[in-house]
Formats: sequence, C-alpha cells, structure tokens
Amino acid sequence: MSGAAGTDQLTRNRTRTAWLFIAPMLVVLALVAAWPLLRTIWLGFTDANLLRLDQAKWSGFDNFSGKHGLIHDKVWWQAVKNTLWFTLLTVSIETVLGTVVALVLTRTFPGRGLVRAAVLVPWAIPTVVSAKMWSWMLNDQFGIINHMLLSLGVIHSPRAWTADPDLLMTSVVMVDVWKTTPFMALLILAALQMLPKECYEAAQIDGVHPVKVFFKVTLPLIRPALMVAVIFRALDAIRIFDLVYVLTGTTESTMTMSVYARQQLIDFQQVGYGSAASTFLFFIVALLTVLYVVIGRVKLGND
Amino acid sequence: MTARVIVRKLLFYALVVAIVVFAVFPFYYAILSSLKSSSELFRIDYFPVRWNFDNYIGVFRDNPFATNLWNSVVVAVLTVTVSLFLGITAAYALARIRFRGRGLLLMTILGVSMFPQVAVLSGMYQLIRGLGLYNHLGALVLSYMIFTLPFTVWVLTTFMRELPKELEEAAILDGASSWVIVTRVFMPLMGPALVTTGLLAFIAAWNEFLFALTFTLTNNERTVPVGIALMSGASAHELPWGNIMAASVIVTLPLVLLVLAFQRRIVSGLTAGAVKG
Repeated sequence: MSGAAGTDQLTRNRTRTAWLFIAPMLVVLALVAAWPLLRTIWLGFTDANLLRLDQAKWSGFDNFSGKHGLIHDKVWWQAVKNTLWFTLLTVSIETVLGTVVALVLTRTFPGRGLVRAAVLVPWAIPTVVSAKMWSWMLNDQFGIINHMLLSLGVIHSPRAWTADPDLLMTSVVMVDVWKTTPFMALLILAALQMLPKECYEAAQIDGVHPVKVFFKVTLPLIRPALMVAVIFRALDAIRIFDLVYVLTGTTESTMTMSVYARQQLIDFQQVGYGSAASTFLFFIVALLTVLYVVIGRVKLGND
Repeated sequence: MTARVIVRKLLFYALVVAIVVFAVFPFYYAILSSLKSSSELFRIDYFPVRWNFDNYIGVFRDNPFATNLWNSVVVAVLTVTVSLFLGITAAYALARIRFRGRGLLLMTILGVSMFPQVAVLSGMYQLIRGLGLYNHLGALVLSYMIFTLPFTVWVLTTFMRELPKELEEAAILDGASSWVIVTRVFMPLMGPALVTTGLLAFIAAWNEFLFALTFTLTNNERTVPVGIALMSGASAHELPWGNIMAASVIVTLPLVLLVLAFQRRIVSGLTAGAVKG
C-alpha cells in the first residue's frame, strides 16, 4: 500500500465516520424542524381545518391575498404592528440598560460576584412565572406597583395595568425589559471583557472624561458584538408568545404575530389560515437571520 | 479623597443597589406574597409579616401540581439526555473531522436555532398526531429537540474544536475506533461543557410553554408552566394569587439555586452560543 493511497483510504474512512456520527442528529432535526416547517408552509396554501387535517385542499394564495386573506385582516395588521413596536421598544431599552449594567459589572468592587448573580435571577425565572409574578404586582386593586407609584405621587389614582388597553403594551414591555436585560448585559459584558486594557489606560493617562472614553473608544470597539446581540434579541422579541399570552391573553392591543397565529391555528381551528400567518413570520425571521449571519461574518473577519 | 471622588463613589453604589433591587424585587415579592394568608394578601407589605405555609399546602391540594412537577422533571431530564447524546456525537464529527459540507451543515444548524416555534406549530402538531404522541410527554421531548439540539451541537462543537489534536492522534495510532475516542478520550475532558449545555437545555425545557400548551390536553400530562398559567379559582376574576405565588416560588427556587451555583458556566455557555456564533 503506497502512502498516498493509504492517506486516501484514511480520509474516506474518516468522512464516513463523520457522517455516521452526524446522522442521528440530522435525522432528528429533519423530523422536528425541516418536515414541520415545510408542512406548515404547505398548509398555509390550503384550506386545512384542525379537525380534518387530512382533507386539506390546495387554495393557492387565498390565505394571503384572497378576499378573506391576511392582507385584508385588520387584526393581523394590528398584530404585525404590535410585534414590531414591541421589538423596537424592548430591544432599544434593553440595549441601553444592558450596556449600563455591563459597564457596572466590568468595574471591580466588593460584592461584584453577588451583583452578577442577582442580575441573572430574572433570566432564570420561567417566563410564565415572571408573567404571573408581575401581573400580581401590577394588579389594579392590590398591586404593589400602584401602591408605590401612588405613595411617590407619580400617579393620583390606581391604574389598571393589565386591563386598560392603553397600558397593556407598557406592562408587557416593562416585564420583558426586566426579564431580558440580564441576557443583553451578559452579551455586552463578554464583548467588553475581550477589549484590550491598553486603550483605557492610555485614555486614562491622557485624562479623557470617562463618558467621552465610552463613546469614542469603547462603543466603536464593541459595536460589531453589540450589533450581533441586538439582532439576536430582535429575533427573540419578534417571536414573543408566552409573556404576552399569560400577561394579557389574546387582547387585540397586545396581540403579537405568534399569539395571532396560534389563536387561528388552535382556538379557531383554521390551520390553513394560521399556517399562512406563521409562514409570514418565518420569512421575517429568516431575513433577519441572514442579516445576523452576514454581520457575524463581518465581525469574525475583523478579529 | 476629595469630595468629588466620594460623591462619584456614592452615585456608583446607588446605581449598583438600584440594579440589584430591580432584578431581585419581583421574586422577593413573590416569596413574600406566597407566605401570606388569603386575607393578608390584599394588604401591601414590603417585609415578611409572618411565616404561613398554607399556600404551599394549598397548591398541592387544590391542583394536580405534584403531577405537573413530575412531568416537568421527566420531560426536562429526557430532553437533556437525548440532546446531549445526539449533540456530542455530532459535535465530534463537526469539530474533529474535515469533510465537505461541514460549514454548510453548521450554518444550517445555526439557522434552525432561529426558527420561531410558531413557524413549525401546525406541521409539528400533525407530526405528533401522526406518531400517536398527542397528549403524551413524548411529544414534548421530541418537539423540544428543535431548540435544544442546535444549541447543544453548536456549543459542544465550539468546545471540542479547542481540545489539543495530540490527544486524538495518539488514540488513532493505538488503533482506537471513533466511538472509543469520543467516549474514552473526549468525554472525560468535556465535563464543564456538558454541564453548561446540559443546564441550559434543562432550563429551556423546564420553562417551555407554547408546545406544552398546544400538545397536551389533560392535567395529567401538563408541565408546570402550563399548570401555573391555567391555575384558576372559583371564578375567572378571582385568581388564587397565594397558590400561584407559592407554585411560582417552588418552580423557580431550584432554577435560581442552579444559576447561582453554576453562574460562570452558564454565562460562558450563553455567550458562546450567541456572540461567537
């Protein structure tokens, strides 16, 4: 056996082993991701009903642009608007607060470990539990939030945080910010810790004001990582379901695309129509994912 | 120290205290509320009045909460076990063997982790019906693979890639099969990575709501999040807040303890999954 042939044989064997080891994972992913996704997209083009899924008939673009299609559905557009508004609000607030928390955590001070642990608490709490805890705190008659705001004189009469349509979105955003800022802070902290210390030291010696150092030195350096974190969070926010569903139910003023799609699919049993809505959401997310991968690449290229 | 330095220090600590209070207060208030009797519940207190465990008894008496808890444990443990097994074998191939299509495969797996759950909901529903798993815990373990698997594979691959090459070369020269290499050479070194990914998969499965709500129908098959979300009192307007707060504390306490104990590992796992991605 010549050396080259031996190496070839070895490479072939290694390749075969690789696929053998990957196969179980791929089979499961095909079963739980690829098939359901393709099936959902297909169902979006049918008149499928939950009770007779097998009798689904092809209906073309009826669910999207037909007379009773998504584009004519006011509730759907409200859901799209709510989702985008929610995403914009939460992601921007969380980015700013997350940066503040991350900057605090980069400093060395007694009790830093404890603070970092405390910050992780909201992240660890199941979303359903967070929603319940907050809806108790936000209770219009017995909630502590109303009590606090009244005693501080911020409001003069109790507010119905989880019933008044004008306040629902504020409540949802507030709870999401509480729950997800830690995650954002951790991502930003990781980026901050990778920065070379010399920049800071040089700036400090030059007596530059810390705020200026942040905007002129730190921010440009962590921007790629920050962008990735923002897109990552945006993807998460766009598919939000459990927080909204548990905190405010299927009320129109906070209904998101995921809540809308599930209501159509399961509660109204309109599988075809609901799948069309899901598919729409999927393409928005897919677009953002491509963006994420591209920016991720750019960032890796800079390293 | 000049006055300015002192003021600056004070402001900094005020900020630290504000962050901690904001992060921890809701959970603290849930514990506080869970320890109140039903009449005390409607009075605002900022500090514990007395220790009353009635709600903790009530939550098990008035609801199938013990069953829900057990279901959550079973689902989460099975999800972690299966995804770690599938993840580590796949990660070995993806991290240690060069072959065509590897990059594309990794990108696809990353893409799957971005799927909104609702985008696969109707297809998944049909799959689960077809497999006869509707209203069965197996449906949850199977469907949870869609979010635990990509993440597990990704983090384990990142970790395995950084292990020294010599380890494997020595084993190959000794004639060890790939299976032996994975289980005997890599596994013992992967402890930290397995703990991190396992923990994150456990938390994700423990907290999941949408699939659990959609694929189970009866109380006997429900997991804790669904159980808590659907907890109701005599009427729709009279939620049993004491019981709900007690249930919330019960499901959250183990998670909070886990997070506090494994803080560093969790942080490194989360950031490996996101930033380095």
